[in-house]
Amino acid sequence: MARIDIDGRIHEVRNGDNLLSACLSLGLDLPYFCWHPALGSAGACRQCAVIQYKDAEDKRGKLVMACLTPVADGLRVSLDAEHAQKFRADNIELLMTNHPHDCPVCEEGGECHLQDMTVMSGHTFRRYRGLKRTHNNQDLGPFINHEMNRCIACYRCVRFYDDYAGGKDLQVLGMHNNVYFGRFEDGALANEFSGNLVEVCPTGVFTDKTFSAHYVRKWDLQSAPSICVHCGLGCNIAPGERYGTLRRIINRYNSEINGYFLCDRGRFGYGFVNSPERIRNPRLKGYPDITAETAESHFRNLLKSPKPAIGIASPRASLEANFALRRLVGEENFFLGLDDTEHTLLNAIAELMLDGGIRSPSLREAEQADAVLILGEDVTHSAPRLALSLRQAARHASFELAGTLHVQPWQDAAVRNVDKLASTPVFIAAICATRLDDIATDTYHGSSEDIARLGFAVAHGLEPSAPEPSGLSDSVQTLAASIADSLKQAKRPLIVSGTVCASLAVIQAAYNVAKALPSANKQLTFTVPECNSLGLAMIGGRPLSQAFDRIGKGLTDSVVVLQNDLYRRAPSRTVDLFLQLTDHVVVIDSLENKTAEHAELLLPASTFAESEGTLINNEGRAQRYFPVYPQAEPVRAAWQWLTSVIEDCQWQHHDQLTDACAGAFPCLADIVQAGPGANYTVEGSKIPRQAHRYSGRTAMRPEVSEPRQPQDNETPFAFSMEGDTEQAPPALLPVVWAPGWNSNQAINKFQQEIGASLRGGDVGVRLIEASGSLPWFGDIPAEFAPSPGRWRTALLPHIFGSEELSLHSPPLLERLPPFCVLLNPLDAEALGVEAGDLAEIDSLTGVAAMKVPVQIEPTLPLGLLAATAGLPGLQAIENGAEVGLKKVNPGAPL
Amino acid sequence: MENVTKPLTKNINPDRVFTTLADYECSGGYQGLRKAVKELQPKDVQQWVKDSGLKGRGGAGFGTGLKWSMVPGIDTPQTRYMIANADEMEPGTFKDRMLMEQDPHQLIEGLIIASYAIQANIAYIFLRGEYHLARQRLENALQEARAKSYWGEHILDSEFSLDIILHTGAGRYICGEETALINALEGKRATPRAKPPYPLVSGLWGKPTVVNNVETLCNVPHILNYGVDWYLGLGHGADKGTKLFGASGRVKRPGLWELPMGTPIREIIEEHAGGIKDGYKLRGFLPGGASTDFLLPEHLDVAMDYEAITKAGSRLGTGTLIVLDDKTCPVQMVLNLEQFFAQESCGWCTPCRDGLPWTVSLLKDIIAGKGRLEDLDTLAGLTRMLGPGNTFCALAPGAVEPLQSALKYFREDFERYIVKEAA
Repeated sequence: MARIDIDGRIHEVRNGDNLLSACLSLGLDLPYFCWHPALGSAGACRQCAVIQYKDAEDKRGKLVMACLTPVADGLRVSLDAEHAQKFRADNIELLMTNHPHDCPVCEEGGECHLQDMTVMSGHTFRRYRGLKRTHNNQDLGPFINHEMNRCIACYRCVRFYDDYAGGKDLQVLGMHNNVYFGRFEDGALANEFSGNLVEVCPTGVFTDKTFSAHYVRKWDLQSAPSICVHCGLGCNIAPGERYGTLRRIINRYNSEINGYFLCDRGRFGYGFVNSPERIRNPRLKGYPDITAETAESHFRNLLKSPKPAIGIASPRASLEANFALRRLVGEENFFLGLDDTEHTLLNAIAELMLDGGIRSPSLREAEQADAVLILGEDVTHSAPRLALSLRQAARHASFELAGTLHVQPWQDAAVRNVDKLASTPVFIAAICATRLDDIATDTYHGSSEDIARLGFAVAHGLEPSAPEPSGLSDSVQTLAASIADSLKQAKRPLIVSGTVCASLAVIQAAYNVAKALPSANKQLTFTVPECNSLGLAMIGGRPLSQAFDRIGKGLTDSVVVLQNDLYRRAPSRTVDLFLQLTDHVVVIDSLENKTAEHAELLLPASTFAESEGTLINNEGRAQRYFPVYPQAEPVRAAWQWLTSVIEDCQWQHHDQLTDACAGAFPCLADIVQAGPGANYTVEGSKIPRQAHRYSGRTAMRPEVSEPRQPQDNETPFAFSMEGDTEQAPPALLPVVWAPGWNSNQAINKFQQEIGASLRGGDVGVRLIEASGSLPWFGDIPAEFAPSPGRWRTALLPHIFGSEELSLHSPPLLERLPPFCVLLNPLDAEALGVEAGDLAEIDSLTGVAAMKVPVQIEPTLPLGLLAATAGLPGLQAIENGAEVGLKKVNPGAPL
Repeated sequence: MENVTKPLTKNINPDRVFTTLADYECSGGYQGLRKAVKELQPKDVQQWVKDSGLKGRGGAGFGTGLKWSMVPGIDTPQTRYMIANADEMEPGTFKDRMLMEQDPHQLIEGLIIASYAIQANIAYIFLRGEYHLARQRLENALQEARAKSYWGEHILDSEFSLDIILHTGAGRYICGEETALINALEGKRATPRAKPPYPLVSGLWGKPTVVNNVETLCNVPHILNYGVDWYLGLGHGADKGTKLFGASGRVKRPGLWELPMGTPIREIIEEHAGGIKDGYKLRGFLPGGASTDFLLPEHLDVAMDYEAITKAGSRLGTGTLIVLDDKTCPVQMVLNLEQFFAQESCGWCTPCRDGLPWTVSLLKDIIAGKGRLEDLDTLAGLTRMLGPGNTFCALAPGAVEPLQSALKYFREDFERYIVKEAA
């Protein structure tokens, strides 16, 4: 720590930090634009000027930029000195010379950092009378608006987009006061993290286009702390609602997971909540509109069949909902609702995490890795936010080298100037090229067997007692040795694997590598497909195929399907047959899907935005989400439908269900700590979901009146603006706001230190700490040998094409990957197929031959046929199937 | 050798088109290099240059030998870069152009010796894109010099090897700023870098890098060839050696002359430039290019050296005078300069990017008769706002120097526009 003097008061601050960050950590107000806690200092905007004195005698001092000034013992500065204050006011006057002052029509208005900093700096009167420079705006695609006239040239957008997120298509163009931040030409921003521009931009240049479509001011949104449901990482989000529709998602800071940034699927995939496909009413076959009470009694009656009903659970439903289903049908009749492969993989991952003895890192810890091996994943598509963290980990060596030159990590440009001289070992073994290849030291492309074999070889290279694959080629042996060598030298090596390869061997190989690593701080992380995949595996249950067997053998005649479209889990023909043979199908879900179509009784379930629950992310962290707004009857939370029909149910409230779930499984005992219960109050009142400026409450309805606000008996939040937020733990605040800080950058006021945990602790509780040890896995697959004339299918996840819920968000549909299958160039040549030609795929289960355009992928191994997982139109392609392929001659009927 | 008094221009002869390699060698060319690589250790070369008192001729006047000696760890093999800053783009300045067009080998020899002194194995000449003739002659001279083993592998059979790359810029004034130049060489936007770290520690591609002005490097062969004592005898005052001084504007013979450091301004204007043109009177002058403060006729006897000019309230800068006569409007002259600087701002930091266009806008208003008296306070405030330490690099502080001194010395010219219109 360093003792520094700020305006005559002594403060203890972290040595080596920059003065701006230190001041903000101390809670002092100092305006800034170009500095960002995650992006470091740039020194461009000159807004954080302070006076620095040489010593105690120095009366005059000199003007310095706080963001570029390292703190050290004895530093003496003034924020309040008249000259510093005048400079900051004059500087913002300059920044504003070209700003259009269009706040009333700007969507940033009311949460604008530029507004806040202008007020803070004291610039109130405009002297500039010249013309303002103007720009043309660009169409940047379905996610982001572009209004360049508002730009104050802080350079944050390009520093985030290009430098931090690895984007290529957003640049600074032009010069002097005509600098332009945009693309070379109109077109959708290609980077998967483009949405963060909305929050990184301190003014209204980049705003959320999906929010524009139903815009309201920030203070008119109702919010609650929530968790992203679009992948298994559990990023923290702050959804906003008005008039019963979900309007937008913004980042909710959690230092251990998402920090300041979300991926575009998490930010823009929320449209499913407002979708016309939402199931709004209970439906009984033949009786389209029934009341919730009627539905409930039918549900109860269906369960009275002499044969026990079976329940099919869901990796996208909360722990509590799954647990209630398990109690309803009994452990014997509880099926996880995963296909056999995924079931096996998730069970294996859960076992490795619980008993494997290797730490499962948070994203923050992953970001601090000094060597990375990715085994089988294209992380940008399977767990997007993790890819952003790995991109930062890849800079580890740069930070180290910069350190030897006495360059601090926050001196961003200086660190980047040595990037080319330093190389952090990042190895990526995947089926074909991935979006992180640009940071990779080396890449390997192979089938799942070959990826697993490489992993086993690395493990053996690290630790001779680990089983060794036989018959490896020289090149693979060399690569494995080089990977092993790099990992061995690392202090915090990280192994990343997951379910993308649909291969148990890949997961076991990843474990062998991690187990073989000598470092005490080694880490092993697995991506999982859905928001509660790991939670479901931790509850445990039977695989879906056994449910099909039960019906097939006539052991049961009724099934309750919880938030699960079985057609995404098994071939259509199998599911068709299963549903036909089942006399009574009850489906609880939020969106229409093929399974819901077959329901005898369809019960409308609320989404994450209207309900509460606990999810377990891939790290093993339990986190609670809370309803943002009340669900409109007769929609109910899935757990409510289920508990309403449990005989003699003791669980009237969600907290009781959480408690019971925690009590039923030792590994879930700590989930009660994931968030406070409904009884939690601050000074006797609940935490308000609405800002204190929330407007129009008496005029929101056709009749001007103010009925009693809906009551929330399940959570510590109120659907109201009344209540005390000052003493609420920051981790429980729906949105961040502090006097003078109306933008998201108010987060500064809620952190223990800039960039560190929230005061009161980050949200969530880790359920799994490294313990135990498992023996080496030795089931090493043989090398993949393509059979002549046959192709093995490989499904590759895509951030915008593969996830079930976000496919109901119209903006995302504009960003779907191309409808095609991928082939190795030699395979294509052998078939006589060129890029864009149609090929016919046969031997698919349950469907006639499909005709799909072919694209050539040079990095795809021979004998594989790759396609985007879950992409509409390609869903009939199963992973790992063997198919035939032939060229469709032009002119042949489709 | 004692009679060599104009080392930089001794080969530049109106009878020649330009100095060829043979001409250059004839007059002692590449002897300095021979001495350096054959007889001296790199540290010795640094010491010679340090002892000579040579200061950077690009404008800032930092000690050249001192700069070289700050390059860390030259005893260990590591990539280091030497860069000749030939991006001469200061309005009114054309000294490097003459040196490169007329005697290209002089720069090349200086560059090789400097590279040897810091043990750099790659050297760049970052040349202003518009200097086509200089490019041709440098390219040609580089080929000639390479053929004679003055650069390349094992220079003159020594252990030292050097590769030289001639790079032409795309025409940005900011590339004269050494870190912006480095970014431009790397193919990035020509935006200055934050210091520290200084290029000496982490420069081109993160490696230790020295950037020296063309004229600075041109001094080096002679210091090696003729010795430190000879060099010390060349200056008139506190500063050592000779310098190219120039004059433009309404003087009888605009041009460039190599003169001892410390030559009085009066001698340059009245003797070498032949005095002010008939019918005109001297009103003032910018002593060191467009980004220096005006001085007045009362300053004519000030010596052209770093300290004396600073004391008089301006900077030696590039040492090329721009003369203001009594029939040229100082307000319009300043507007012309500020338009240049506003145009050439890289756009990185706020005061420069948004402040300079405001000065242009106010000056235009004043000239168009739309000015107000309080605009002069705004202008003066802007010159303080854009002053040293407030901006990211030295462009804006230099840019406002002519404006701030014009407001001081020629206020009545500004007021005349405003008051006349008001009346």
